[in-house]
Amino acid sequence: MMGIQLFNELGSIFRNTPTYALVLETLLLITVIALLLHKRGGRGLSKEQQESLIEQYEPEPLVADTDPDHPLLHTRLVESRVGKRIVVNGHDCLNVGSHNYLGLLEDNEILEEACKCLRKYGVGSCGPRGFYGTMDVHLELEDRLAKFMGLEEAIVYSYGFSTVASAIPAYAKRGDIIYVDEAVNFAIQKGLDASRSTIVFFKHNDVQDLERSLQQQEKRDQQNPKKAQKTRRFLVVEGIYMNTGKLCPLPELVELRKKYKLRLFLDETVSFGTLGKTGRGITEHFNVNRLSGLGYIFSASLPPMLTQAAISALDRFEREPQIFGQLQERSRQVHTQFKLFTKLKLDGDELSPVKHLYLAESRESFEVESKLFSQVSDKCIERGVAVVEAAYLRNREHKPIRPSLRIAVNRLLTDKDIREIFDVIEAVSIAVL
Amino acid sequence: MGNVDDDGATFQQSYAKCSNGTTKASTPISNGHIPNQHLAESCRDEQQQPQQQKVPQDEQEEELQQLLLNKQLKFSAPAYTEIRTRSGGLNFKGVSESSYHPAKQAEANGYVSQTGSSCDKFKPSRADGVLSAEQEHYQKTSFEDVPLYTACLTYLGFYLLMILGYINQLLFVPKVATEKGREGYVALYDAFESFYSRYVYRRVRDCWNRPICSVPGDELVLKDRVTDDYGWSFRFTGTETRCLNLGSYNYLGFAAATGPCADDSENRARQDGLAYCSPRSELGNTQLHIDLERLTARYCGVEDAIVFGMGFATNALNLPSLLGPDCLVVSDEKNHASIILGLRLSGATTRVFKHNSMRDLERVLRNGICYGNPKKGGKPWNKIMILVEGIFSMEGSIVRLPEIIALKKKYKAYLYLDEAHSIGSMGPTGRGVVEYFGADPKDVDILMGTFTKSFGSAGGYIAGSKKLIDFLRTNSHAHCYAGSISPPIVQQIYTSMSIIMGEDNTDTGRQKVQQLARNTRYFRRRLAQMGVITYGHEDSPVVPMLVYLFSKIGAVIRTLTTRHIAVVGAGFPATPIMEGRIRFCLSAAHTKEQLDYALDVIDDVSENLGLKYSRKPRDPHPIEY
Repeated sequence: MMGIQLFNELGSIFRNTPTYALVLETLLLITVIALLLHKRGGRGLSKEQQESLIEQYEPEPLVADTDPDHPLLHTRLVESRVGKRIVVNGHDCLNVGSHNYLGLLEDNEILEEACKCLRKYGVGSCGPRGFYGTMDVHLELEDRLAKFMGLEEAIVYSYGFSTVASAIPAYAKRGDIIYVDEAVNFAIQKGLDASRSTIVFFKHNDVQDLERSLQQQEKRDQQNPKKAQKTRRFLVVEGIYMNTGKLCPLPELVELRKKYKLRLFLDETVSFGTLGKTGRGITEHFNVNRLSGLGYIFSASLPPMLTQAAISALDRFEREPQIFGQLQERSRQVHTQFKLFTKLKLDGDELSPVKHLYLAESRESFEVESKLFSQVSDKCIERGVAVVEAAYLRNREHKPIRPSLRIAVNRLLTDKDIREIFDVIEAVSIAVL
Repeated sequence: MGNVDDDGATFQQSYAKCSNGTTKASTPISNGHIPNQHLAESCRDEQQQPQQQKVPQDEQEEELQQLLLNKQLKFSAPAYTEIRTRSGGLNFKGVSESSYHPAKQAEANGYVSQTGSSCDKFKPSRADGVLSAEQEHYQKTSFEDVPLYTACLTYLGFYLLMILGYINQLLFVPKVATEKGREGYVALYDAFESFYSRYVYRRVRDCWNRPICSVPGDELVLKDRVTDDYGWSFRFTGTETRCLNLGSYNYLGFAAATGPCADDSENRARQDGLAYCSPRSELGNTQLHIDLERLTARYCGVEDAIVFGMGFATNALNLPSLLGPDCLVVSDEKNHASIILGLRLSGATTRVFKHNSMRDLERVLRNGICYGNPKKGGKPWNKIMILVEGIFSMEGSIVRLPEIIALKKKYKAYLYLDEAHSIGSMGPTGRGVVEYFGADPKDVDILMGTFTKSFGSAGGYIAGSKKLIDFLRTNSHAHCYAGSISPPIVQQIYTSMSIIMGEDNTDTGRQKVQQLARNTRYFRRRLAQMGVITYGHEDSPVVPMLVYLFSKIGAVIRTLTTRHIAVVGAGFPATPIMEGRIRFCLSAAHTKEQLDYALDVIDDVSENLGLKYSRKPRDPHPIEY
């Protein structure tokens, strides 16, 4: 019964529909089917086509040719133990190139402790931390570091460069927002890439610029409060910027952190052990307490002997806090002295042990400036001062960086040394530039 | 001997039954030789004949097969007799679970893995061909399907843990786990991530990150710790436990506090200090680094090499310099995290192929070339790179290098081989899988490896043509920005590498490599005889033993510790939920006595905990060392 009724019903619909509608609908149906079939069949190439494509395919060479005169292929050769003095390319020099701020490389006590450690643990740890690569020295170092910095916990990575590069993506994930100073070092840039979060750069040390982008974000958050609840926000800065030698305006940043509920990542590669009365870094310098809730990022080396060296260095830090004062004093002295170059312009904070010397009058291109600095540095080394231009992979940095001579102050430099270094660089720069 | 099973007779009986009374499956090796070789060879002949009679449809394919055949014949020489640890024809179930394991694919591809060397088991007539290299690979790779009820139990157990965890989370929120001073912030961790690590992983947390206080050599000393709050925190008891070390990647036994390596390193530290505090590009380049690079190049048999301070970073920071957004990367699904990070940083398009499946690799390569970059309307890829590891650290399997090289040549792709685990531990003189397969190192475009494992040091290298290395010197992130390797660390690598190469005029290196190979084969065979399920290639010193259930990982590790054996476990998320496993890493430092002790204990433990899942015939004969 029902079937017949339905059939009749359908029949009447057909009969009542105008012909043009029927034709249109049929055409539509055919088109849809054709499209569906086409999509399925059209994707596949025939075997011959595939073969010929494979035959024709010519990939680019694996790597481009390298200029045999590229400066990175002709790096200087160090021929001695590194300390206040260093032998580079056969010239005995005063060293303002190595980042050995406190002069602890020359400390024999640390060396002895490290060798003792080698005799106990061997050289390598033969495993990641989870799989029997954790030795008691690692735990001790983490413990000591946390105590030294007054924080809950610390973690030690095996390679300075990868610490930041892996710590950032460990916390920040897709969908999060990271506010970053545009002058951060390359390792941080790589960490940002790996995190896949949204990156917002603000102008170097410009708190207003940062606040502007934070306010913009706040407006966006009000439009979409649900998403905002799930978005973690991070602020990534360096204590002392490796690339500029400047300090970050920490108190202001902390204010913003509180106001906008940001999590602050502070890379203290340079500032740890150099700033503050007892070397506790930029937090001590600005008298800011407790920066981070859980997990503070730090770098040391996995091989146990180097871990031990770090512990011994911390011992020194605690035993002789005056070394930090001495270093800061030296940095200040170097700063005052180096301001006087005629052809070079000094940049960086006076307390920072890392300083940059730029050309006073800029040249037409990166290459020209870089080449000039390379000449300056070569001549200085010949005359007994080891100073080097900062090495960058220019095409890989997120924004162009101006070439510079990077000065790393060593605590052990004397007044006479500083004057000598100044004289040599001054003479060479006048001759070359 | 001490390694004969008490129940030898019963085993023999059941074994005879299983193998249908055909030829004796595997004769005990008397002196590391190959008693079954001629037998195996005759097998091969038999199976090749029908194949060659078949008219080849595709000339190129035939050529490829021929190539592989030649290769195979070349490196089939060290075909050690072995117990076939796959469930050959006994009870294969359907491949309902998605499978990436070689044996499963083998089955799907239409050939049955064989038990023993009974020739009649071969079925070479199937259409998609029996590549001899492929077949040899399967022969040597142990794999077994999980019994159905174990699979059910595993899932059940895992969900039970999760449910208990959720209840736990609802009822108790411990103080240690809340963040202070960050009220109103978005939580730092994902909900699931923190739940998993707090309420599931915490139950077995004591099995990882165990601190040791000795050299990670053949033995290690564990620092005992106890927990008073069910895994939230640990307290040291002050006591120590001496354990046999089956967990560290100390393949050649160079982790030592005495001996030539340690002596040289100490001298180097005294002479050159502990660090250079500068990258290679500024003031961190020394003759020692240059010498190490030259030695590494010689060791790998290529033109040049470049070294870095950390193995992980070698992958993560160099891949971005080699690849760009218009490149296609074809990557094995079991590749290490460092490779994945490097690929992510590079921005290249990544396509994954099934673990060690050449068929799938070829499919991905073909599609890649034929359809180009979909984001750019099918424009051809600038470069196509195949990324594989020598030994896969969680699977214990070995890359099928000769076949990959053939595919790479056919499809004009580049090959990046990560030898992190295999360098030093594979091949007659320890030059890695390239030597093991008798391949030409120049066929591999980029050879990468680490110094952390076999060399007992830290760091990594990339070796290849001079053009490649010069490019890296001028473009590698790690080379330009990261501090150069510390002198004693470099010295350790240099000395250990010279020893392996025999440049110290002793044959210590060679002996170590042979000892490792011998230990590996012995250990794997004994495990198979015991009836536990292992994965991986017979010559791979990484031996994963499947325990499946999440809770059993913890149980095994804890029990073994009480019996003074230190091992490593891996469970979800490092492995699929189904495949909780215990991993043994063998070392040349282990003696037969130590291995026998370990094996006896493992036998005992797996009996008690029910780990003898294997339903395959067991070799009734004592395994000879």
